[in-house]
Amino acid sequence: MSERRAEHVPFRGRGFRPGHHRWVGALVFALLIALAEWGTRAGWIGQLTLPRPSDVLAALGELWQSGLFVKHMIPSLSRLVIGAAIGVSLGVSVGVLIGLFTFVRAGLVPLVAALFPIPKIALLPLFVIWFGIDEASKYALIAFGTFTPTVVATYGAVDNVDRTLIRMGQSFGLSWGSIVRKIVLPGAMPGILSGLRISLAIGIILLVAAEMLGAEYGIGAYILQAGSLYDLERLFAGVIILSVLGVTVSAGIGAAERRLLRWRS
Amino acid sequence: MQIRLDGIRHVYGDTEVLRDISLTVEEGRIACLVGPSGCGKSTLLRLMGGLERPSGGRVLQEGDAPDGCLNPLTYVFQDFALLPWRTARGNISLVLEDHGLGRAEAARIIDDVLARTRLSDFAGALPKQLSGGMKQRVAIARALAVNPAVMLLDEPLSALDAQTRELLMDDLIALWTRAPFTAVYVTHNLAEAVRLGHKVVVLSRRPGEIREIVEIDKPLSARGYADAELDAVQKHLWELMREEAKAADEELVDV
Repeated sequence: MSERRAEHVPFRGRGFRPGHHRWVGALVFALLIALAEWGTRAGWIGQLTLPRPSDVLAALGELWQSGLFVKHMIPSLSRLVIGAAIGVSLGVSVGVLIGLFTFVRAGLVPLVAALFPIPKIALLPLFVIWFGIDEASKYALIAFGTFTPTVVATYGAVDNVDRTLIRMGQSFGLSWGSIVRKIVLPGAMPGILSGLRISLAIGIILLVAAEMLGAEYGIGAYILQAGSLYDLERLFAGVIILSVLGVTVSAGIGAAERRLLRWRS
Repeated sequence: MQIRLDGIRHVYGDTEVLRDISLTVEEGRIACLVGPSGCGKSTLLRLMGGLERPSGGRVLQEGDAPDGCLNPLTYVFQDFALLPWRTARGNISLVLEDHGLGRAEAARIIDDVLARTRLSDFAGALPKQLSGGMKQRVAIARALAVNPAVMLLDEPLSALDAQTRELLMDDLIALWTRAPFTAVYVTHNLAEAVRLGHKVVVLSRRPGEIREIVEIDKPLSARGYADAELDAVQKHLWELMREEAKAADEELVDV
């Protein structure tokens, strides 16, 4: 028997490799919406269980045509932008200080840990007393909500900056300011940006909470109004606007990451 | 400028890592520090450059730094320590920015060191685009940019493969031959030590003490790959280290 049996070596390296499938996400959305539309039309989903997607779309169209969309969007966006800007910039500054100075760390880390789990919504009445029923209390709520996760992400990111790079900076006699500006901050940027994703999502959640009190216009106010009337079409329309806002913010951070973190391999 | 160590002793907690080290690194010469792993040779280098303070003894710099020297004691690190978000040019620029040199002067220095390390074509490349050998050449260019009085090289070739190591050794020898610099070169590779060292300082295992200082008189430019004379020296060094290295390897790590 000189002829030996030959077989292909079986391939065993399949899977466990994240890849990109852009359209799958959109397809899942489309399928779920189609299912809801079919169900509500056919009657096996009740009118009060889920609004018909086409009705929600109609509510969105109506909102747009009446000009109320812009009227609701502008105060909401300005609350989100101003509140998050205050919270994130304070959070990054405090986080960097905690990362750099052991004394600050010893003093503030327990405080941040104590503040983090407080449901910020519960503090809304307090903020109204402190800052008034107008815009300031809404900024404060969103700022406070984005502050704590930003602090935690930032000091974690500063801790993770490669110490050999800092040693290198010191060995070349770089000033303290140069080391912070040119080594620590860029090195912490990936962590700060991924923390920003969480902070801004929390900011959007708190936007609705902030508009519970003393807001005539705003996406949150629109949703709460619709909710109290059990107007599910308008409720869902508002929720969709918030989701789109979240996706937009997340895409914006993604774009910033691609730009700022091009150096990452 | 030369570096003199006078009765250096160093401890981490209860562990004595260096004991009674006295040594002079003469101007324009390269001293190699070799020893088994964990003997404290990298610690000794950090003490020499002021990145750590010795528990006892003195580290002295004798004589003046050369004109235009921006950072007398300059390190080259094993893992290159390049900022990944800056290009080759940007990484060199980093160490010049705090000195108020002016744009034109800084650009002149950068172009000069890039040319000396044959990196001119790669000035705009990010570290992730460069091979290990190229990265270390950028780090060497960065060290040359501050015109150091003493170069402190901490296993600069250990992260590279054998071929790249040979090429970079030739580069270092060429750089030294063109403009002799003072250097302390820490390595665990005896072949590197006999190629680059005017003297080779052999340390014992922890606590590190000087076991022997071997002088090699043959000029650097005359030393080559697989040189019989150097092989004899290398063999002698290995005999000195063999038992120490074996014992060091069998020690429990209690850090």
